[in-house]
Amino acid sequence: MNNGAIVGLVDVGKTYRTGEMEVLAVRGVSLEIKRGEFVALMGASGSGKSTLMNILGCLDRPTTGHYLLDGADVSGLDRDQLADIRNRKIGFVFQNFNLLPRTSARENVELPLVYSAQRLTNAELRERADRVLASVGLAGREDHHPSQLSGGQQQRVAIARALINEPEVLLADEPTGNLDSRTSVEIMAIFQQLNERGITVIMVTHEPDIAAYAKRNVMMRDGVILNDHPVSQRSDAASQLKHDGVME
Amino acid sequence: MRIVPTFNVALRALRRNKMRSVLTALGIIIGVGAVIAMVGIGNGAKAQVEAQIASLGQNVILIFSGSTTSSGIRTGWGGAGTLKIEDAEAIRREVPGVIGVSEEVVSTTQVAAGNQNWFTRIYGESADYFDIRQWPLADGAPFTSQDVRSANKVCVIGRTTATQIYGNENPIGQILRIKEVPFTITGVLMPKGLSTQGVDQDDIVIMPYTSAMKRVIGGTTLRNINVQIGDPQQLEAAQQQIISLLRQRHNIRPGRDDDFTVRNQQEIAQAATATSRVMTLLLGAIAGVSLVVGGIGIMNIMLVSVTERTREIGVRMAVGAHGSDILTQFLIEAVTLSSVGGLIGIICGIGASKILSAYANWPTLISISSIAIAFLFSAAVGIFFGFYPARKAAALDPIEALRYE
Repeated sequence: MNNGAIVGLVDVGKTYRTGEMEVLAVRGVSLEIKRGEFVALMGASGSGKSTLMNILGCLDRPTTGHYLLDGADVSGLDRDQLADIRNRKIGFVFQNFNLLPRTSARENVELPLVYSAQRLTNAELRERADRVLASVGLAGREDHHPSQLSGGQQQRVAIARALINEPEVLLADEPTGNLDSRTSVEIMAIFQQLNERGITVIMVTHEPDIAAYAKRNVMMRDGVILNDHPVSQRSDAASQLKHDGVME
Repeated sequence: MRIVPTFNVALRALRRNKMRSVLTALGIIIGVGAVIAMVGIGNGAKAQVEAQIASLGQNVILIFSGSTTSSGIRTGWGGAGTLKIEDAEAIRREVPGVIGVSEEVVSTTQVAAGNQNWFTRIYGESADYFDIRQWPLADGAPFTSQDVRSANKVCVIGRTTATQIYGNENPIGQILRIKEVPFTITGVLMPKGLSTQGVDQDDIVIMPYTSAMKRVIGGTTLRNINVQIGDPQQLEAAQQQIISLLRQRHNIRPGRDDDFTVRNQQEIAQAATATSRVMTLLLGAIAGVSLVVGGIGIMNIMLVSVTERTREIGVRMAVGAHGSDILTQFLIEAVTLSSVGGLIGIICGIGASKILSAYANWPTLISISSIAIAFLFSAAVGIFFGFYPARKAAALDPIEALRYE
């Protein structure tokens, strides 16, 4: 199975029980994502894409089927083991940024390292956080608190936080949902740039024009994959920004 | 475990909410401070009582006329004159281990010298009395056994009596008129302070009991007999022997009650310290309640904090925090609040008891053990009241927590 696939879902199903009712959020999804792909997971609300995203992010376990992450089956792991997998292999970017309030950008970025197995000195932590912040264009803003940053800047802090542990997969849940269209393009430029550096990106979105920045679109409906196709006319965020004549 | 970084995280969280942290800790500060001060007051009172008891003398048995237990008409201690001088002599002669006996008669009367007079207590005693009570003289000499035998008109006086009558003058060798009988003052006693009942023990005139019975008080019976035993091991046996000796001398048939009452100093000490121990416990318990209230304050704030920081907990879990990391973080927050509060509370408590000692003139005694117990208890309060909120935080589902608004 480890033929360059970073993510392998084999007949994955997820059932929620709300009172007497059983809700089948995901019913038998098989999906393979190779290293270096940029996948947009699409679908209307209730299509099961968020549930699938939680499973992919090891925040939730499938009820049936198997999830192979980087060749290892993670569907049977317990809470703490899943936490360790999330820490080492997955970087999260959320729609509402989810930064710690009243905490500097640097400390926010350092957060995953606090729970990492590797022991770094404070100087090393700082050095690493500052380097990642600079790579998303936030050099000089290390000491700013989230309230002192714009939405786009906050999302970049969140991306830096996702990248600090050098994850295999970057998972983004509606990363542009709270941003204006220009800032959205900026965030997409960062994603495309990271993807070119070899990071696998999986992004949930319901906006087709955002999905167009990905290389592959997976459309879900009613808990199953409706279609799965490569993007034919891919948008290039960097050239769009250049075209608009506004580069930061 | 990732204790050190988790510790930093917890301290940072407390610093982010300075006002709230200070107010929460205040509950513990007041609680611990109250415990320290109250127990300090209780222990101070206890120590004072113990010192007063010790001043009664070591290994002393007191025999009083009359009985507190006799059926029919009960007369109370010293009420009926049942103790005779011969009883005291028999004890001196026949009870092994006795090193001192003092026959005691007591009265209150007016004493005068020159144009000064003073109403005071007259104690008739034997020459052993000063050894039994461990009551040395500040000046002059005590009366002797010879003075007792001859019923000489000599006396020693307490510090209060001396100042009331003679002021700054030296009373030694002066004549003190007691019921118009002139007594020569041979010595002035060291001050002994207040008794357990709050009586000024230095307001006293002590003379040979023979002189007191013959010249001042009259009567032929003793109020009580003070007996000192050399070896504390023999105290119990001597007390029993005194009882049987006196019963025999007083012709009390088996089954009838004693016509005297025997108490030893330990019993008196136990009764007095029991009272102050109960007071210490009571004060400590009341203060302990405020410590528990402080603990509930911590729990309240921690619960608010967990709810308020649900999203933060979700983020931490998403990036790899175990439930145990979250539990530790919130427990450390609670324990830091309570133990820092405890430390400040100890300082405040010591300060409060010092102020009480200085201004209200209450004796206070702060022991290392009460400080240690108060501190450990405050830390335990933090663990106890922090555990429930911390567990609640650790049990959160990361997906739910991330979605929390």
